[in-house]
Amino acid sequence: MRKPFRTLFLFLTLALTCAVLTGCGSGSSNGEVNVANWGDYIDEDTIDAFEEETGIKVNYSTYSDNESLYSTLKNGSTDYDVIVPSDYMIARLIEEDMLEEIDFDNVPNAANLDGEFLSGLDYDPEGTYSVPYLWGVVGLIYNTTMLDYTPTSWDVLWDESLSGQILMFDNSRDAIGIALKLLGYSYNTTSEDEITQAVDKLIEQKPLVQAYVMDQIFDKMEAGEAAVAPYYAGDAVVMMRENPDLACIYPEEGSNYYIDAWCIPKGAANKENAEIFINYMCQTEVMAANATYCTYAPPSSAARELLGDDLADNELVYAPNEVRELCEIYTNLPQTVLDLYDQQWIRLKAA
Amino acid sequence: MKKKYLAIPYVVWMAIFVIVPLCLVVGYSLVNPEGQLTLENFKALTQYWTVFATSFRLAIIATAVCLLIGYPIAYWISREGPGVKRIAMIAMMLPMWMNFLLRTYAWMSLLENTGIINTLLANLGVFKLINAVFGTELTYFPMINTPGAVVLGMVYNYLPFMILPIYTVIDKIDTRVIEAAEDLGANGVQVFRKIIFPLSLPGVLSGITMVFIPSVSTFAISKLLGGGMTLLLGDLIEMQFYGNAYNPYLGSAISLVMMVIVLICMAVMNHFGEGEEGAVYF
Repeated sequence: MRKPFRTLFLFLTLALTCAVLTGCGSGSSNGEVNVANWGDYIDEDTIDAFEEETGIKVNYSTYSDNESLYSTLKNGSTDYDVIVPSDYMIARLIEEDMLEEIDFDNVPNAANLDGEFLSGLDYDPEGTYSVPYLWGVVGLIYNTTMLDYTPTSWDVLWDESLSGQILMFDNSRDAIGIALKLLGYSYNTTSEDEITQAVDKLIEQKPLVQAYVMDQIFDKMEAGEAAVAPYYAGDAVVMMRENPDLACIYPEEGSNYYIDAWCIPKGAANKENAEIFINYMCQTEVMAANATYCTYAPPSSAARELLGDDLADNELVYAPNEVRELCEIYTNLPQTVLDLYDQQWIRLKAA
Repeated sequence: MKKKYLAIPYVVWMAIFVIVPLCLVVGYSLVNPEGQLTLENFKALTQYWTVFATSFRLAIIATAVCLLIGYPIAYWISREGPGVKRIAMIAMMLPMWMNFLLRTYAWMSLLENTGIINTLLANLGVFKLINAVFGTELTYFPMINTPGAVVLGMVYNYLPFMILPIYTVIDKIDTRVIEAAEDLGANGVQVFRKIIFPLSLPGVLSGITMVFIPSVSTFAISKLLGGGMTLLLGDLIEMQFYGNAYNPYLGSAISLVMMVIVLICMAVMNHFGEGEEGAVYF
């Protein structure tokens, strides 16, 4: 008598739990858009203004890097409608058929962008999957009081007199990329030999490195805890506001030029709202507001004119053309090379 | 019989949140990205043995330090009156109300070269004194971004997990047992060695388990306090999910092997513990 009841009870509890769990996750509705962006990478006033103007509710969440975004998309554990991956990740997502084509009829404001950002970009040649949000270049940030010369090259990161004062990217692509550049190779090399050489170079550098960090570069450079660090030049503007002793240069070997762009993941539940959102974000004033907040460059000359002089004429925000010519955009690397990157990165970390 | 029904939600909970994820981990570790059964993941694992070694070494050191600090504290608290006990408990629990990451961030600003401790020491003239005596040119003690800082982070974060179980066990020891030992002529050291310490071993064992397991799998501490210079198992596993290659299969294999090693460690320890307990009773 009791046993069937127990089974039933167990079943009911299970069913209830499942219902509760799925209830939280999905729930298709109109008037919503789920946006995922990098942390601290938007002027949140623009989101409020968008909600007010369109009546569409924005569920905003953040991620810390392209790879974690990829991982969440791959797991299918989220239902994002708008994401902001970088160039190489866009290429990877397109290749793996994980993005929706954007209906540009719903994004007329894309016309506010400069032509060079609308098509002909290697990661999305037709410009059908992405609408650029902000761009920038990786620079070399240094503390003028701790360095007795003006650096011109990535090799300052290997300067033994700065032992213990050097910060390095805690991200294999960026860190190995710098070593590749210094050795005269391409950021996008697929040669195992060149990548191995680059990691040898990083192992040589390791005793001099104070720490491998990402966002903590802000704190450490502002506090004068370290003398040199590679980071996004736009962020150097923010750091220099806090600590006027800091300066930033573009190394002569060339650097990484990156574009972060709005995309819509495959199967987005609110694709139309996503397009309305992207369209809103392409308004000249909104682009200018976000660029001012993030201190990165908007892909629009019209928006540039709305920026304050401290940004519009700032070479750290707008890398000069001769710098950009030396730079490379990351391309998506084949899986075997990505595996190699991880293996080599562990070799460095375990060294 | 009736009481058993109360356990059903728990059983369901465990099934969904423990058994299913565990099965997923096992499943993932046994297939390749194409979904075929393979042992490749475990073979690929062997190249990372140094990471295993570093992780276990640091976790063992952290656990040992926790035990060395935690046991005397637990012993001391258990001997004090109720007022002191309450204050000591609050002092221990209070930091734990704060998020673990925040506390670790706090240690960062304490330990940095231009951080609070070094600034304080500089202002007190400690470095000047040392430099004058030893002829060195010290301006700060390098503390952050070292394996030592990682161990410190582990000890700081997990020490309460060592103190609490030991304290609970010592506190519960029947005072009459101790009195009996004293009546029979045992001195303080003998009482501790022959009565209190053996009786507190179950607490020590759970303390060791509760400190060792999170220590061996931690990843944020090595990043924040270790400056990313020491790669631990937690970092390695995280990398398989959030790194370039996105290899949850290898990540699962690493997790599984780690779990098995921890399980073996625990089994060995418990066996050893039972032996000790037995010694007390006979």
